[in-house]
Formats: sequence, structure tokens, C-alpha cells
Amino acid sequence: MGRWFAAAFLVGMLAACSASPRQVLRLATTTSTEDSGLLEAILPAFEEAHGARVDVVAAGTGQALELGRRGDADVVLVHSRSAEDQFVADGFGTARYDVMFNDFVMVGPREDPADVAGAATAAEALTRIADSHSTFVSRGDDSGTHAKEVALWAAAGRLPQAESGWYLSLGQGMGETLQMADETLGYTLSDRGTYLSMADTLSSLTIVFGGATIADNPDPELMNPYGVLPVNPAKVPGVNNDLAEAFAEWLTSPQAQSMIGAFGVERFGQPLFYPSAPTS
Amino acid sequence: MLALTLRVTGVAIAVAAVIGVPLGLILARSRFRAKSVVVALIYTGMGLPPVVVGLAVYLTLSRSGPLGSLGWLFTPTAMVVAQIIIALPVVAGLTMAAADAIHPELPLQLRSLGASPSQEARAVLREAQPGVLAALLAGFGAIISEVGAAMLVGGNIDGQTRVLSTAVVLETRRGHFAMALALGGALLTLAFVVNALLLRFQSVPRRLG
Repeated sequence: MGRWFAAAFLVGMLAACSASPRQVLRLATTTSTEDSGLLEAILPAFEEAHGARVDVVAAGTGQALELGRRGDADVVLVHSRSAEDQFVADGFGTARYDVMFNDFVMVGPREDPADVAGAATAAEALTRIADSHSTFVSRGDDSGTHAKEVALWAAAGRLPQAESGWYLSLGQGMGETLQMADETLGYTLSDRGTYLSMADTLSSLTIVFGGATIADNPDPELMNPYGVLPVNPAKVPGVNNDLAEAFAEWLTSPQAQSMIGAFGVERFGQPLFYPSAPTS
Repeated sequence: MLALTLRVTGVAIAVAAVIGVPLGLILARSRFRAKSVVVALIYTGMGLPPVVVGLAVYLTLSRSGPLGSLGWLFTPTAMVVAQIIIALPVVAGLTMAAADAIHPELPLQLRSLGASPSQEARAVLREAQPGVLAALLAGFGAIISEVGAAMLVGGNIDGQTRVLSTAVVLETRRGHFAMALALGGALLTLAFVVNALLLRFQSVPRRLG
């Protein structure tokens, strides 16, 4: 009796092991998609549809792309257009697909000592901050947000240095950077989603440039597009490209796109991300 | 960055030594009822998560915190404060263990030979010296490589509060793994040089007391 039971148990164990070819997709992405709760909201639908599990590594755009280059991720979801194009041009990604966008806003103290609110463009806003030597807190971490900030400084014709005293380069995440801006009564550039999700803890900050919603944002330069890039198995052997391509296809499908557009509306009264995949 | 790392950790370990070594010696020598509780607290403190220390210091020094008016947040001073709190239980606890381990009759003999309390304390310290040095080096090692609290209370500001350990985290996040490894190597080398210097200092033959 006991022997039969043990044998049945063993057979059952073996069957359980062999009957779980659940594939794993390794997704490297930025902290904004993870911290906002977007992935948590949409990934279960993909996992169910493909019988797969998605392991998410959230890092800065720089690190996320490096994970792809080293074969430690099968697919990358990031927001730094020039770095993404370079990734594909170097052969590390098979292609780049538009997924969604949100926008950046300039956040600063309510008193707005540099009168950023009166600026016409984001570059002019930065010029005003630089000229008044107001505190500016920078991500300084090669993230997509930092890359945008650097591009805006270039457009403003200013190159702030750490030595100048008012420009604080942190090398930390968006949350830490916003907290420091709140503490030091400084300005910073943030994606709207992260700022909105933390606004109730940032008592001294407000959006000084960029408008109350994405439709009110006066500067198209502040748009923030996200792309999905499957890692190229020809260049980086060992990655699960089939599942990565399936993920990219799913993420740009009408089903996932409508989930993205609906996310956050209930909590913040506006979407945090706007779907942007071309409708076929 | 190298200089700031040494300065912050050097000041922190010095303060932790000035408070922790006497505290450890006194605790080892004294007998009182709640001693086991105090000892347990110190040993627990040795396992205190640095991030928790950092968070507590952050909330205290924050503009809306009780000591916000000091303006210490995101300065090297805040990092020193956090590192003292992390190193203190290590220094005090290991000093106490070292002093406990010396021959229990030594103080008795010293007193019977007519030693004054300060002479007695110095003799005990000399006897426990290798253990005390190990205590200081353990505390030093814990805080020079620490990241969580340094990030939180220092803010990792380039040119102001960025130390070697937080720079390693930053370069890793940037995807500059080679640079991160190089900085990690620099950190290790720095720790090794400090350890080697202090151990050399210890191996100088002791004067007979």
C-alpha cells in the first residue's frame, strides 16, 4: 500500500516537472513603467494568453539596454529614442516598435523664483533657471529622463556643471530626485506619471511648466515616447526571441493598447500613458 | 570622491571609536541587572539595516523633520551622522567581547598592586588591544562600503556627496559595468591600505606595562 503510494507520488512529481514547459520572458524596462504599476496591470493578460511568465527587471534606460546587449534580457521596453535607434543600428535589437507615450513636465517650488511659468518652451524655462542660478536637481543617471534633460539644456545653449553649485546631479531614480527637489526647493524635470503618483508627498512642488494634463503641454519637445525592442538572437545568442517578438506584437495589439490607455484614469483622472502603436 | 569617502568614513569611525571603545570597556567591566538587555540591544544594533538607519536620519534631518533647521540633509555631515549610528554598535559590541575575553583576574591583580583606576583601564585596554583594533576595522569596513544610508541622506550629489560606494551603484545603473567594477576595485584598495596601515601599527612590539 505504502509502496504504491510512493510510486504514484514519484510518477506524479515527474509528470508535474515535465508538464510545465512554461516559458519565461525576461523583460528589461525603466523604473517608470514598473513604479507606476502599469506592468502589474497589463502583464497578467499576456502571461495567460501565452502560458508564459514575465520576469521584469526595472532599471534606468542605460542599464536596461545594456542588459539586452549582454543577453540578460529577451526584450527591452524603454524611452530614449536616440539610444533605442542606436541599439537597433548596432544589431542588438531586431526592430523598434512604438508602444505609448506620456510627457515630461518641469516641476518646481510653488513660489517659482525663476518665473519658469512665464516661459514659452522648456528650453526657455531651463534658460531662466540657469540665469537665476535657481537650484536644479538632475537625475544624472543616463536614464531616458536624463537624456531628455540633457537634450533640452543643449537646446537652451547652456551646459550646467556640477561645480556651479546650483546644479545638483544625483544619479538616482525619479522618486529620489523629486524628493530632493522638494527638500531643496529646487526645479527638476519629471515624467508626468511619476510626479502625479507622488504629488501628495511633495508639498512644496507643483508643475511650473507643462500644463495640468498632456493636452495642455505647450512644448512638443516634452513628449516622451516608449518603444519595445526584441533582442536580436543573431547578435546575442541564447535569448528567447520567439516569445520576445510575440510580446512586442501583443503590446502593440488593440487589446493591450486599450489597456494602456485605460490605466490610471480611475486613480488620477487622466491616463499615465497614451497608446501610440499604429492601428492596422 | 576618494578624498570625500575617506573624510566621511574617517570622521565617522573616529567618533564611533571615542564613544564606542570606552562604552564597550565599561560594559565589559560592570555588573548591573539590565546588563543582558543592554548587551542584547548592542548585538542587535550590529545587524541594523543601514537603509533603516538612513531612513531614520533622513526623516530627522528632513526640512519637515525635527532637526530640519540644521540644514544637514544632503551634506557630508548627514552621511557622517548615519555612519556613526551604523558603526557604533559594531565598535562597542566587539570591544566589549574583546575586553570580556581577557583574564578575569587581571583587574584584581592590578588593583592589589596599587594601580589607580585610570592605570587599570589603560592596562585592560592594552591587553584587549587586538580585539579593539578588530572592532574598529569591522566598523570601518561596514560603513565605507555602505550604500543604502549614504544614498538616502547624502543624495549622491556629484561633487558634493558622491562617495565611492554610491558611485558604484550609479555606474551600474547606467550600464557602465566596467567603470563600476573599477570603482569597486578602488574602494577595496582603499579599505585594504587602511587595514594594512592599522595592523602594522598594531604589530609594533608593545612596551611592557
